[in-house]
Formats: sequence, structure tokens, C-alpha cells
Amino acid sequence: MLKTSMFLRGASAAVLAGALMWGGAANAQLKIGFMATLSGPAAALGQDMYDGFMLGLEHSGGQFGGVDVEVLREDDQLKPNLAVQTVNRFIERDKVDIVAGVTFSNVMMAIAKPLADSDAIFMGMNAGPAPLAGEQCAANFFFVSYQNDQQAEGVGKYATDRGFKNVYLMAPNYQAGKDAVGGFKRYYKGDIAGEVYTRVNQPDYSAEIAQLQAANPDAIYVFYPGGMGINFIKQFRLAGLLGYNPWLSVSSFDGTTLPALKETAVGAISGSFWGADFDNPVNKKFVEAFEAKYDRIPSQYAAQAYDGALLLDSAVEQVGDQYQDKAALMPALRKAEFDSVRGEFEFNKNGFPIHDMYVFEVAPDAKGRVSHKTLQKTLPAHPDSYVGQCPL
Amino acid sequence: MTLNLILGQALNGLQFGILLFLMAAGLTLVFGIMSFVNLAHGSLYMFGAYLAATIATHSGSFVLAILSSLVLVFLLGWILDKVGLSILHRRSHLDQVLATFGLVLFSNELVRIIWGNAPIYMDAPSYLSDAVNLFGLNYPAYRFAIIVAGLLVAVGLYFLIERTKIGMLIRAGASNRNMVSALGVNIAWLNRFVFALGAGLAGLAGALVGPIVSVEAGMGEPVLILTLVVMVIGGIGSIRGAFYGALVVGVVDTMGRVFLPIWLRETFDPAMATAVGPALASMLVYLLMAIVLAFRPEGLFPVRARG
Repeated sequence: MLKTSMFLRGASAAVLAGALMWGGAANAQLKIGFMATLSGPAAALGQDMYDGFMLGLEHSGGQFGGVDVEVLREDDQLKPNLAVQTVNRFIERDKVDIVAGVTFSNVMMAIAKPLADSDAIFMGMNAGPAPLAGEQCAANFFFVSYQNDQQAEGVGKYATDRGFKNVYLMAPNYQAGKDAVGGFKRYYKGDIAGEVYTRVNQPDYSAEIAQLQAANPDAIYVFYPGGMGINFIKQFRLAGLLGYNPWLSVSSFDGTTLPALKETAVGAISGSFWGADFDNPVNKKFVEAFEAKYDRIPSQYAAQAYDGALLLDSAVEQVGDQYQDKAALMPALRKAEFDSVRGEFEFNKNGFPIHDMYVFEVAPDAKGRVSHKTLQKTLPAHPDSYVGQCPL
Repeated sequence: MTLNLILGQALNGLQFGILLFLMAAGLTLVFGIMSFVNLAHGSLYMFGAYLAATIATHSGSFVLAILSSLVLVFLLGWILDKVGLSILHRRSHLDQVLATFGLVLFSNELVRIIWGNAPIYMDAPSYLSDAVNLFGLNYPAYRFAIIVAGLLVAVGLYFLIERTKIGMLIRAGASNRNMVSALGVNIAWLNRFVFALGAGLAGLAGALVGPIVSVEAGMGEPVLILTLVVMVIGGIGSIRGAFYGALVVGVVDTMGRVFLPIWLRETFDPAMATAVGPALASMLVYLLMAIVLAFRPEGLFPVRARG
């Protein structure tokens, strides 16, 4: 009895496996390796990217340009060494057509070389480190998000326009922090009241806040992504200071941290290229569907990945059944003939977008939830600052 | 540099030290008395913060949130010890490190499953959300409340350890556990109580910091590392050592972060000071630990030898 059942089970498994293999061969598929940071403290970012991407796929009819899609979802755990292994597996074993996602710049730098040398096309949906926009740019890289400095540059311009004379700058002591401060300074013309770099993932900022008070600046500019921003603004608020200085930021008070801050962050100004309140049909459809499906306001990370899905849909549509031919698909992607949630979108020669920069104020939205309200456009059709160094 | 700035920073250092003390007191008791290395102490702190945030949001009462997270994490510690950790008491330290590190990873993922990926919301109650005036110095009321609460706990612990029967047994257990056991004291129960007490204190620390830090998975690890530094500096197994050690670490870390970069800017080239200052300031407590280990390997305030 036991033997028979085992035999039957084995036989049915074999039949099933055969059927699957046959099915795979018959149905043409676009294979996408999606990798993002999906566990650990920063998991909310990767999760929003994945959810945004899958929603874009759903809105494209579950297919890109009429071609069936298989998405392999992998977590890089924010470990560059693990990310390299995953990408090598995507390229060599899974033979994916497209690698997509990537949340953090340090992971991005680690996988840049194997990706640039591969036959796959890479579509970046968040990280946009400077070297990949400049000297190490690659023809098969498309960043549907932004170059890291762009948002900071927009805020720097805003600070100049507002006539701030004395701005206090703060960021964690690592590359992205220094880039965010560097980008701000590139477009800010006033004086700097102080420039403080804190430890990465520092939980307590009481000392820095007291110093900041003593400096008495016109405005404060911070780059504190994730939990660091929450720590910092909560403590700033408890010192009885919020509303006392204009508060400028990038990547600090976004869709992933606002639910934990709520009214604590109201009044903070942040720079980005997209806001949930953008009044265009694509964005309205995206925001409405995202809220209905996931029961939260989409963040910028979700919006970027959604754009990525729409871009892929438009490009595969153009090339038809030649979608596995990189030489055909790449020019189609470069045309960027899709309606972006951010409005105008164009690729520069280094594969980074030329798009409008805006500033937003944290404020209650129409439904009374704390979100971003568009204040003004700062840098229209803004290219990144490194494209001149790109040899392409 | 004004007197106000220095005074404010001293208070900040004190407040940070008090929080570290709440963490270190539990850890040092567990290590000193049970010789048990508990890396999951930071996870208990995280659970305290999550429970307090959840209870505060649903009940609207801040005091209830703080007290119930203390009690709930005490119970959690009790259960953890009963169902698993007590098996490890007699194993080697390496086994304990491995098992409790596993518990850290497990807890972080568990928290993400229950409460989601994104950090959750917790704010100070309205009566503590402003600044108080202390002799002409504006200081956040909430931080001041943490100092007061922490000092009360320190005094309470002192009475518990030095003046009660249970405290006497705990001290005796730390000196010679076999002898205490031979005298008919239920050492297993005593251990469990100590472990749960440490857990409860970590939970309290987590609940107290909820309004000033991001309540998120993995929030316990950076604090755990500093707590271990406190234990080494203060002397392992001693509550007094944990108290003074925590204050030393809190004040040195806070003062270092502010005054070291200022001093470097005045002494050296500003560009170099900006580059070196933050790095050196974040190393300061570890340098202190290295110096203490070199000259007083038993810590600054070791357990007094009892005859």
C-alpha cells in the first residue's frame, strides 16, 4: 500500500514536471529578475517598490506589450555580497531578460560591473549613485527613478529662491549623506551656519539639536532616510522647536516614514520629482488603485517602480516579438514613450532621467491623512550633474 | 560655547545614561547571577517599544502604555526562560550567544510579520510634549521625565537588591549559587525572576524611548552594543557598576559628539576636522572601554568581594 502510493506520487510529480517544462517552452515569456531590500529595517522601501511594480504590471493587463511576464522576486537583505550572487544567478542560471529594482546605492555599486558586462538590461527603480551617471555609465542601464543628487539640488535651488542666508546642514556620515549635502550646496548660494555629520543609525540626536539651537540658522536642511529621520524629527519636536525654523529635507519624510510620524512632521519641506497629489490622469489612476489594493498612500518608491512597469510595457509593445533582442529593445526603452506618473520624462544619454524637480510640504491631504502637498516646481527639465563625464 | 549649552549637554548625557542603565541593569544581573549571555536583551527592548506604541494608540493612555509594557515584557521574559532559555543556563557561553542571537533574528522578523515593515507611530503625551524651563535653560519636558523615571527605578532597584529578602538571595546567588541551592533556596525560580526582572526593565526602557525614536524592527541592536560597553566599563554583575558605567558612557558619548568636533575645528584645519571629528566622536566610548580594559579589566565598579 505504502509502496503503491509512493510510486503514484512519484509518477504524478514526474508528469507534472514534464507538463510544466513543456508549458514553459511553448509560451513565450519575458523574464524579469526583481531584486530589492525586502527584509530588515529598510524593508518598507523594497516592499513599496515591489508593490508598485506589480501594480504597474497589473495595469498593463498582466503582460508587457502583450507578452507574458515572469517575475522572479529576490531579497538582497541590503548585503552587497548577497546581491552580487543573486544577480549572477539571474544572469547565468535564470537567463533573465531584465534585471529590475535595487533599493540602495551601495548594493547598486556592487552589482554594476556584472550587470554592465551581461546581456541583460538593467532597470533601476531607486538607487542612482553618481559614478553610474558619470564615468561608469553603461548603455544597458535605465534608471527610471532619479540620480541621487537631483532631489537635493532642487531643494538647494528652493533655499536660494526663498532667500535663506544661513542654512544648517545635517546628514549621516556616509556617502549618500555627503552626496545629499553636496547636491544641496551646488544650487544653494547663501552661507552655511553649520555642517554636521552624525553616525549612521544613531538613535539619539539631543547633542546635535542643542548645537543647532545655539547656531540659530535661517533654515535647516537634513538628509535622514528611514528610522533616522523619525528619530531626529521626534526629538526636534520634543525640544519645542518645530515651526521655529523652516525645515528642508530630501528622502527623510516620505511615504514610508510619514505613517510613523503623522502630525509630528507637518510643515517639513521635502524635495522630490513626484508627489501623490500630482494632478495627471496616470498618477490619479495609480494612487487610487494603490490605496485601494494596499490600504496605504503610495510612496515615491512605489511610484518609481510603477513607472518602470509602464516603461517596459511601452517598449515591448514597440518591438513586438523581438523583445528578447537587446539591440531592438534598448532603443525602444530609450525613447521613453510612456505616460509617467511624474509628468514629463525623458532619458539622458547616460540612462538617467531629465525631469522636473519640485518641493512639497508635509500637510494633511483631502482625506485628513498626513501626506505631501505640492508647493512649487524648482528646477524644470533637470538633468543630473554627472552626465558630462559619461563617455557614451 | 555658553554655559547653557554645556549644562544642556550634561542633562542630555544624563538622560542617555539613564536609559542605558535600564538596559544594563537587567543584562548585568542576568550575566552576573546566572552567568547567562543574553544577546536578545535588545529584542525585549524592541518589544517594549512596540507594545507601548500599540497600547498608547488604542487606549489613548500614555501611563497605561508604559506600565503595561513593563508588565508584559516581564511576563514575556518569564515565559521565554521557562520554555527555552533555562535549558541553556548550564551550557557554554558560545551556545548561549548562538541561541540568543538566533532569537534576535527571529524577533525582528516576528515584529515585521505582526506590525508590518514600516516603523509605527508613537508620540509623547501632550503634557510632556513641550520644553520645561530649568533655571533659565529650555529642556525637553519628555527627556526630563525620562531622567526622573529612570532615577526612581534606580532607587527602587537599590532597595530591592540591598534591603529585601529576595535581594539578599539574588546577591547570595551571585556569590555562590551552589551554596544558595544547598541551603534549600529554589535557585531555578530565583533565576527566572531575575531574568524576567531584567526583561521588564528592558521593556520599560523601550517603552520610554518610544516617543523619541523610531519604533521599528532591529531598533534594539545599536542599544545592545552600547549596553555591553556599559557592562564592561562598569564591571559585570554589579548594579552599582551598571549605574555609574551607564552615566559615564552617556555623558562621554554626548559630550564627545558635541565638543570634540568643536575642539578639533579650533585646533586643526577645518576641512580635516569635519572629516575626522564625527568618526573620532563615535569611537570615543570604545576607546574608553579599551582603556578601562587595559588598566582595570574587572571594570571601574566591580562587585565587592564578599567573604
